[in-house]
Amino acid sequence: MTKISLWKRFAGSKIIIPLVTLALLLLYNLIFTKNFFVVEIRDGHLYGNLIDILKGAAPIMLISIGLTLVIATKGIDISVGSVVAISAATVAFMIGGDLIMKNGVQVPYTKVPLYIAISMAIGVAIMAGIWNGMLVSRVGMQPIIATLILMVAGRGIAMMITKAQIITVYYEPFSFIGNGYWWGLPFSFFIVLFVLMATLLLVRKTAIGMFIESVGINPTATRFSGINAKNIIFWCYVFTSFCAGIAGVIYCSNVKSADGNNAGLLMELDAILAVVLGGTSLNGGKFYLIGSIIGALIIRTLTTSIWALGVPPELAQVVKAIVIFIVCIIQSEKFRLLVIGMFGRKEMAA
Amino acid sequence: MKRRLINPKNVPLLATIGLFILMFGIGSATFPGFFSLQNFYYLLIDNAYLIIMAIGMTFVIISGGIDLSVGSLLALTTMMTSSMLEKGHFSPLVVIPLVLLMGLAFGTFQGYLIQTFNMAPFIVTLGGLYLARGLCYVVSIDTIAINHPFFKAVSQLQINVIGNNFISANVVIAMAIIIVGMYLAHYTNFGRTVYAIGGNEQSAVLMGLPVARTKIQIYALSSLFTTISGIAFTFYMRSGYALHGQGMEMDAIASVVIGGTLLTGGVGNVFGTVFGVLIFGTIQSYINFDGNLNAWWTRIVIGMLVFLFCLLQRVFEASRKKTKKGSQDSHPPRPVVAH
Amino acid sequence: MPERSPILEMKGINKYFPGVQALSNVDFSLYKGEVHAIMGQNGAGKSTLIKILTGVHKQDSGDILLGGRSIRPKSPLDAQRSGISTVYQEVNLCLNLTVAENIFIGRQPRKFGKIDWQRINRQAEELLFRKMNLKIDVTRELASYSVAIQQMVAIVRVLEMSAKILILDEPTSSLDENEVELLFKVIRKLRDDGLAIIFITHFLEQTYQIADRITILKNGELVGVHRTADLPRIELIAKMLGKELSEFSFSRNKECKEDAERTSKTADELLNIKALGRHGSIQPFDLKVKKGEVLGLAGLLGSGRTEMARLIFGIDKADQGEIQIMGHKVNINAPNNAIAFEIGFCPEDRKEEGIVADLSVRENIILALQGRNGVFKHIPVKKQNEIVESLINSLGIKTPSAEQEVRKLSGGNQQKVMLARWLAIQPQILILDEPTRGIDVGAKEEIMELVLNLSKEGMAVIFISSEFEEVVRCSNRIAILRDKAKIGELSGAEIDEQSIMRTIAGGKVG
Repeated sequence: MTKISLWKRFAGSKIIIPLVTLALLLLYNLIFTKNFFVVEIRDGHLYGNLIDILKGAAPIMLISIGLTLVIATKGIDISVGSVVAISAATVAFMIGGDLIMKNGVQVPYTKVPLYIAISMAIGVAIMAGIWNGMLVSRVGMQPIIATLILMVAGRGIAMMITKAQIITVYYEPFSFIGNGYWWGLPFSFFIVLFVLMATLLLVRKTAIGMFIESVGINPTATRFSGINAKNIIFWCYVFTSFCAGIAGVIYCSNVKSADGNNAGLLMELDAILAVVLGGTSLNGGKFYLIGSIIGALIIRTLTTSIWALGVPPELAQVVKAIVIFIVCIIQSEKFRLLVIGMFGRKEMAA
Repeated sequence: MKRRLINPKNVPLLATIGLFILMFGIGSATFPGFFSLQNFYYLLIDNAYLIIMAIGMTFVIISGGIDLSVGSLLALTTMMTSSMLEKGHFSPLVVIPLVLLMGLAFGTFQGYLIQTFNMAPFIVTLGGLYLARGLCYVVSIDTIAINHPFFKAVSQLQINVIGNNFISANVVIAMAIIIVGMYLAHYTNFGRTVYAIGGNEQSAVLMGLPVARTKIQIYALSSLFTTISGIAFTFYMRSGYALHGQGMEMDAIASVVIGGTLLTGGVGNVFGTVFGVLIFGTIQSYINFDGNLNAWWTRIVIGMLVFLFCLLQRVFEASRKKTKKGSQDSHPPRPVVAH
Repeated sequence: MPERSPILEMKGINKYFPGVQALSNVDFSLYKGEVHAIMGQNGAGKSTLIKILTGVHKQDSGDILLGGRSIRPKSPLDAQRSGISTVYQEVNLCLNLTVAENIFIGRQPRKFGKIDWQRINRQAEELLFRKMNLKIDVTRELASYSVAIQQMVAIVRVLEMSAKILILDEPTSSLDENEVELLFKVIRKLRDDGLAIIFITHFLEQTYQIADRITILKNGELVGVHRTADLPRIELIAKMLGKELSEFSFSRNKECKEDAERTSKTADELLNIKALGRHGSIQPFDLKVKKGEVLGLAGLLGSGRTEMARLIFGIDKADQGEIQIMGHKVNINAPNNAIAFEIGFCPEDRKEEGIVADLSVRENIILALQGRNGVFKHIPVKKQNEIVESLINSLGIKTPSAEQEVRKLSGGNQQKVMLARWLAIQPQILILDEPTRGIDVGAKEEIMELVLNLSKEGMAVIFISSEFEEVVRCSNRIAILRDKAKIGELSGAEIDEQSIMRTIAGGKVG
């Protein structure tokens, strides 16, 4: 009985569509891409396309975790890319781009202890989130307008921190975050896993998840039930920036440099796409964190597959665009009515 | 009947113009050589393409929508133009109409999706952003320099206006677009319907206005103006490159907002947008003159200005809502009932 | 006044919506030069009738004759083209455009192909003066004028589009007295000019001021058409409630009466409201609520019952007066304040303000309790299930499981879920706004039963209903409202339907 209902719940759940999409994508690669699934052990850790996808998708996965919550409240945050740039710039600036040689051997050097540099970066990101959250929940600006401001100014702030230079970070221990491995798997993947678990616990084991969904579905009824919707919305924006902050640190560590102009560029768009692919509607309401993670993996797999085809990776954007159009058309009311019109009325209860 | 000296509707526009004069004034006071007609002309020359793009964006934002695809579409325009000229060896007489047609089709497609499926403009044009940028790489990954004699000639054209001061061909194009934009906005059914849609879409439908058609036209217009802007950009840069115009959608949106157009729709005008772009240009020009200041300040100052204008608009809205209740005694315009 | 054939005739109109016969065989006729009011309670079919006339809905059967010719409007726009125009309470114009443009947009006069602004402004000015006696600056945005002026502009626009029939849908709801007078002057002038006007309002007094004839509907059926002058107020009210005056009972539930006497003497005063009011919403009122009593709020639709509840619950902010709870003055600025003082509120509009459609029955029930506990004092799932199960059982909520999405439940069960949400926080005062609306008879009985039981257990219930019968049955005391003001109170032995109606028919406003 419970097993059947569990299966039914799984089959009927929103996770199934992104999961099948990802599976199809992988199947395509299994057939058409040589050595796509080959995982070797090199330098004591796993190596291969799949591992690359995990590593490369980490920042998008992180951001999409936060963004899922914001979108569930019927909001949007288009400043995450800029926050990634700010966070990356901060951590790079704190560590410093100096290369110190002693007796012809490179010595690890950082201006401040690593943990302080990282906390600072995430702290600055949180401040950005507070700013966004204030504008949306207190000043009452439309989310897209409120976050547009930081999207524009954020890159300027990132450049200000790095003095418009591209800081190259040579400090070895730092590069472990984005390039290191644990038990053969990318360390950044474990960070994602940790944040995901913590978030899942937070939203499902406290009332936050229910409140977020309730605000997104029916803000009036939620307010009438005595829930402070403003605070819920505020913290969603703070949390998103927090995630973007971590993503910035990982990104900076991975590419070993911070470039205010290009770090996190278009990342907000990838993250939104990941969330939408994962089954969370842009109209707010029910949200699916795992779905968003799968969505991020789909995007990255797509990029990698196209890469494997030998065409420029940027071409993935054309595919992404088509995916956006299709997903949004499917989600639209008009399309639903069209389908109902074709297959008879299936579910008119509302 | 007495007419008011200043229509409150025009306050944002006046604020924008005032801000521009103030900024130009600060620049002139700080740097010798800043205050000259030629420097003002340079402002126009360097930002002509942005003016064209922002005017298209103005229509979109007045209608309550947004168009994120403009930066990428500009890049695609430069790519297609340069590739057709340099690799296909077509005549500009063929290339330019073809590219404009492409823009028109691109915008109509976006507008169609937004209108027919009632999709958020934000997400549709986000898709457009990806699509256009991706298509650039289909054309070429590398920069394509343009050496076609016609383009060379146009880009080097200097038209003297008042003494030895000159403007470029792009400025002339931008001026033409400003006039077209203002005419469209104020003297055509299309323009007025755009304002009505931004004010209250439902009402506009009930008033019998062609809302569906107009919404598609708005995005078509924005994309068309963006392709014109892209052609102006090729005159300016003389190259096609997939990374041209990155983030330019934000420059355009910011200029429109600083120009006094409400991001929530319904209020704004083309003339304000022109000054919005000029403010944008002045900040950049100021930073160039200074030499010690860095480019990041442009973005921060623009961000701050957008914030300020959005905040002002919020305050404006809030005070309007307040006066709506029992407004009769507190508000100046009182009806005179003749007996 | 009616002499020749009517300009508009609707004959034998039927309309069925899933689950309800919205209109059955309704006739309606309208003459040139008359103001015709359509009156009725919730679900009477007024709005359905108007929506058929304006092309929003299509009738299942029946004919519409305009000037003797059969029409079938396909959309509001289509109806407008054939001369049937509506001006709504929420003015359907664009506030960001100027007055003049609002009148002419879509049909602007042109000169050399471009819009001729000078002519638009001149003509608008002239029109407003000629038709409305109104002299205003037409180059200002519409938003800068009051709602009354906005409505007049809307009327001028439809007159310009050669309207033959003007439908005014609740035009006076947000106007103050002077503005109403201003509007009525205009309506009378238009009537005298030969326009046919349909007037829909919830204000009894205004109907008598302006309407020549009244058509009364009840539950989708025509009750009667009367000349206003020949219809005493009390009979109008009786007909709106669907009975003849003599049919209303004088008697009442004996047990309740005894209860009333008991509580009125002994019980503690929970809530004491002094001169609470809000401009444009409800005039200042006093109200007392005692432990263990059911206070009924009786009044016709739009009389201010919901506005009263919203003020008490902190949804709207009062601009005067105070609320005392157990003798202490309190500030209630938001629903969560009210909940902290153990007040619960079931809103009338279940779909928009009550249920959270996509959440499960469990989540909907637990919502307010969890809201009061805050985010981190999470109620363990086991405890949640206990609470929810016991409420589902005690209220008899029919749902396959507690995890069912609430939107899939029937109206009656959704209403019970709403009640369960508030019972879960065990409030001292529970406000129920039309809890029996739109649900089947069985569920109505159960809910009234529940109200009586709750009050016996010591909860104070404020019970709002359009059905006087229900109010009389449940209440120990009744506050009566009319035209956005409290006009009287009945208690104990005085309570019966006749007295309520007499108070409404005879009471003075304010």
